[in-house]
Amino acid sequence: MEIHKTSWPMRVLVFALFLYLLAPVILVFPISFSGDQVLRFPPTFWSTRWYAALFQNTKMLNAFWTSVVLAAVVTALSIAIAVPAAWAMTRLKFAGKDVLFNLFTAPLLLPTIVLGLAILIVFASFGLLATMQGLVFAHLVVTLPYALRVLAVALSTQDQACEEAARTLGAKPLTVFFRVTLPMLMPGIVAAAALCFLVSFDEVVITLFLTGPRISTLPVELYNYVYNQADPLVAAASVLMILLTLGIIMIVERAMGLGKTFVK
Amino acid sequence: MRSGELAVLLLLPIAMINTIGFILPVLNLARLSFNKVSLGGGIENVFTWENWFGLLTDSFYLELVFNSVWISLAITLTTLVVSYPIALYLHRSSGPWRTFLTVLVISPLLTSAVVRTYGWIAILIDDGPVVSAIRALGLPVPSLMFNIKGVFIGLTEILMPYMILALMAGFGRLDPRVEEAARTLGATPARTFSKVILPLTLPGIALGCLLCFVLAVSSFITPKLMGGGRVFLLATEIYDQAIVTLNWPLASTLSILVLIVFGAALWAYSVVLRRLD
Repeated sequence: MEIHKTSWPMRVLVFALFLYLLAPVILVFPISFSGDQVLRFPPTFWSTRWYAALFQNTKMLNAFWTSVVLAAVVTALSIAIAVPAAWAMTRLKFAGKDVLFNLFTAPLLLPTIVLGLAILIVFASFGLLATMQGLVFAHLVVTLPYALRVLAVALSTQDQACEEAARTLGAKPLTVFFRVTLPMLMPGIVAAAALCFLVSFDEVVITLFLTGPRISTLPVELYNYVYNQADPLVAAASVLMILLTLGIIMIVERAMGLGKTFVK
Repeated sequence: MRSGELAVLLLLPIAMINTIGFILPVLNLARLSFNKVSLGGGIENVFTWENWFGLLTDSFYLELVFNSVWISLAITLTTLVVSYPIALYLHRSSGPWRTFLTVLVISPLLTSAVVRTYGWIAILIDDGPVVSAIRALGLPVPSLMFNIKGVFIGLTEILMPYMILALMAGFGRLDPRVEEAARTLGATPARTFSKVILPLTLPGIALGCLLCFVLAVSSFITPKLMGGGRVFLLATEIYDQAIVTLNWPLASTLSILVLIVFGAALWAYSVVLRRLD
């Protein structure tokens, strides 16, 4: 039932504002097919030369693979660490639970520029700068709060009658967890994993502090590239990143509905 | 195994990462803001208020802090103005259309800040679509890139999804029947908005403004890439001090200053919220 008749001026306004919101993301698509040497819109002619240039740019390719491996490792570790933690937070009784939960999700409240600097200074003395281990650890600091939050919500809204039934029928605690709780948690795990992957894959500020010529991620390489020159190469890379993100969003949408994951 | 022991075991990994990657680094940052750089470039482990006094007496840093806060406030208000109609429209729509539009709002959020900033560079660059359009209209051509204008336009757009989501979360109290009542009782649309819709959505507005202000003050990628080295804000200065000048004590002091600004924003938010209740 439509109670509100939205007036035409309001519709036009909302459309214009949506255009503003989506303009930069939409615009990189045509620019990526530019044939020009420099950044220009609209391009004077079309080509796929920048995609070809991108796939010949070993720096970018290496950075891309570093990002993929990093995001995959971070995602796997996040789930492995956050599932037991979320289970303990929602199924066990112990003192100081709220304090701990707030502490574990607190890294999200800190601006990444401050967290990046803080981690840089500590990692410098551990010799973890510009290493894969260092990057994995730093990314875990920001992905774990997301994973913990999503999984804790999923576990606390889960119907516990099935667990109860399994227990009364004589199943051991571990059996209950692996045969009942975990399968029922699968949508939550998929959503948390996708979120962790995206956060890690897109993370740039903290990573900027911790990378160097030896090891770099795709967002950091793109940042460095744009900082020095602006040509359509970055547009081609951006299109591929957006498509990858879209693919992952579709997985989440399938698993539990995007609106539910983010709006709640 | 007792419940408490099991909890300790299961929470140990996340607690370790939280301690080593978050608590220790932040405490270290606070400590470092009271250290100073020695002549050799190392960090002298002495307690000194030098950084703090230096910061509060140097007109460059005072201006930096003032500028950052002022620009962030202006960006926050602009973001509110351009986000409110979208949030209201989304709140009133329903079904698959609403889901589709919500996905559109969230999708920029999941796109790297570097990509979106690059998109804005392409739009605002000299001879870009916006400048060309203005020139075609015969108006004086503004320079939109590598100054605060570009940063303003880009950052506003980048913060919009956060504002829209915060507004929508706060719009729960806005029952369409209340508006309906105001209209049937003879209120004009403008009066309905100012007397009914706006007051009811103030909690959402406060939350959205807090979130966007905090994100604007600490924004780094957009000012750095679109400012062309001419826009100095707190976050870009922290990075330059840490990476270029290698003055970690000063960078730490500036970071703690950002956290103090955060604290002030949170305090203002709680005051506003208490007034609203």
